[in-house]
Amino acid sequence: MTTADVYLQQCINGLSLGAMYALLALGFTLVYGILELINFAHFNVFMVGSFVGLGTLSLFGVVPGAASLSGFMLAAVLLGTLLVTMVTSGALGVAIERIALRPLRDVRGPAAMITTIGVSYVLFNLVLLVLGADSKNFPTPLPSVSFAIGGAVLRLREILIWAVSLVLMGLLTWFVQFTRMGRAMRATAQDPEAARMMGVEVDRVIIMAFFLGSALAGAGGLMFGLYYNFTSYIIGFTAGLRAFTAAVLGGIGNVPGAMLGGLIIGLVEAMGGQLISASWADVIIFSILVLVLVFRPSGLLGRVAPNKS
Amino acid sequence: MQREAGELLEFRDVNTHYGDLHVLKNVNYAIGRGEIVALLGGNACGKSTTMKTIMGVVRPTTGSVLFDGAAIERLPTAERVRRGIAPVLEARRLFPRMTVLENLEMGAYTRKRGADLAADLDRVYELFPRVKERRTQLAGTLSGGEQQMVAIGRALMAHPRLICMDEPSMGLSPLYVEQVFDIIQQINRQGTTIFMVEQNAAMALSIAHRAYVLQTGQVVLSGGAAELRENPAIREAYLGELQVAPTA
Ligand SMILES: Nc1ncnc2c1ncn2[C@@H]1O[C@H](COP(=O)(O)OP(=O)(O)OP(=O)(O)O)[C@@H](O)[C@H]1O
Ligand SMILES: [Mg+2]
Repeated sequence: MTTADVYLQQCINGLSLGAMYALLALGFTLVYGILELINFAHFNVFMVGSFVGLGTLSLFGVVPGAASLSGFMLAAVLLGTLLVTMVTSGALGVAIERIALRPLRDVRGPAAMITTIGVSYVLFNLVLLVLGADSKNFPTPLPSVSFAIGGAVLRLREILIWAVSLVLMGLLTWFVQFTRMGRAMRATAQDPEAARMMGVEVDRVIIMAFFLGSALAGAGGLMFGLYYNFTSYIIGFTAGLRAFTAAVLGGIGNVPGAMLGGLIIGLVEAMGGQLISASWADVIIFSILVLVLVFRPSGLLGRVAPNKS
Repeated sequence: MQREAGELLEFRDVNTHYGDLHVLKNVNYAIGRGEIVALLGGNACGKSTTMKTIMGVVRPTTGSVLFDGAAIERLPTAERVRRGIAPVLEARRLFPRMTVLENLEMGAYTRKRGADLAADLDRVYELFPRVKERRTQLAGTLSGGEQQMVAIGRALMAHPRLICMDEPSMGLSPLYVEQVFDIIQQINRQGTTIFMVEQNAAMALSIAHRAYVLQTGQVVLSGGAAELRENPAIREAYLGELQVAPTA
């Protein structure tokens, strides 16, 4: 491998990480945009999502060590697993909102945010208790096809992550921009009281934000497993923190910002790991975050001052 | 169809509180079908609270709000909008990062998609040609007067029977104020009842049929607009003949 190939390879890796972080960052941003709440439970919805993906794959008979699939079977299994994982994770997010957060809706201060940390630990410990501390192997339903781009290797799993992320982000953008519910979500984010007086049922908008965000986190969790070939009860914190950083970097509350932030964090992680050392990745990521926030406190695509009353 | 008997909107002995702060005190209003009724009063006397109580953002602690003869004080805001009450909010409150068209569509949020939505858009564009020109622009980038037109248009999109306006002339240049009041009259002639909070009492009384005067949460005066225009207390306090505070 030449140096250029190494960077090309890291670029491929970075884009894959970035796609995953972007999926996860969107959940932070959707909920924050509407409730001005940082939802730390999101970290572990992602983690639970990867286990749901693992379980669903095994229901389809795809277990570690099984032969890889191809053609129609592969597409059907992946699509089925993705759907089940997203719906289940989305439902988990909605349940968290209903059970833990709605009773605190009118409580001022950090109570709701701290509750999300609590919920995050509940999920973490539940998975630890029930499934144990050892990491679980993920099956590899994808055939090991790869393409050489110069000296770099592009595997099917990377193409899968990119495709899934692009399609999901495209669908989300369409939903938020062009559907009635999407418009209601934007209106509520901009002025909740005015939206309510237009007849928007704000509870439904909040449920939708949790459902969509958590479903995307579930998709991210599944992608994580397929990409790294394992999952574990601890994966939520590292990925979640980086995705949260991505959301803040892009401008929290801003949908394109979360996508952009995710990509940047993914690329920085891969390139930084190459240039310095992988153990410095977080240092570099958070240094960039600090720098951006010093010069653009509202994030790269965020608004300078929130327009709320 | 609407029943002809009775008032369109009624407050019966309504009291509202924000925590310990008692704002509306045994307030009674009766707004008839087809009327323009103005609500006058100084700062912080409870005018906006009245509007919020109609919309269901504030719930009365005691008393009853009736719309078209039915008690609505326990209904959620969305249901009130569905029944035909639309607000023009204080300071306009458009969704600043949505386009003018999207803002208008938000006004029609509780309505089913259908052909009449296009007809309502046409009606708004006819009333406000300026709004049509600006329909793809972000609402936050409009001038204050243009925003007020969109705010009124947004209320019309709900196909309301009652529009509650909170200070529609606030912050507008005299030219726009005239225009806005013209439009309000026009909308009213087309059959929509208007309940309107105004600080600009002279203007409000020039188009209203009747008015209530609110002082520290109590209705202290009410009557026909012409009659109130001649009332010495009103002339003093609200029509700017003397710059003195009203005596309680
Ligand atoms: N959400 C709230 N919480 C606590 N107090 C409130 C709230 N809203 C209004 N108030 C208080 O209630 C009183 C009446 O307010 P309201 O907004 O109804 O006045 P207003 O007549 O509309 O005044 P203005 O002419 O300034 O718009 C004021 O003293 C105000 O400070
Ligand atoms: Mg007011």
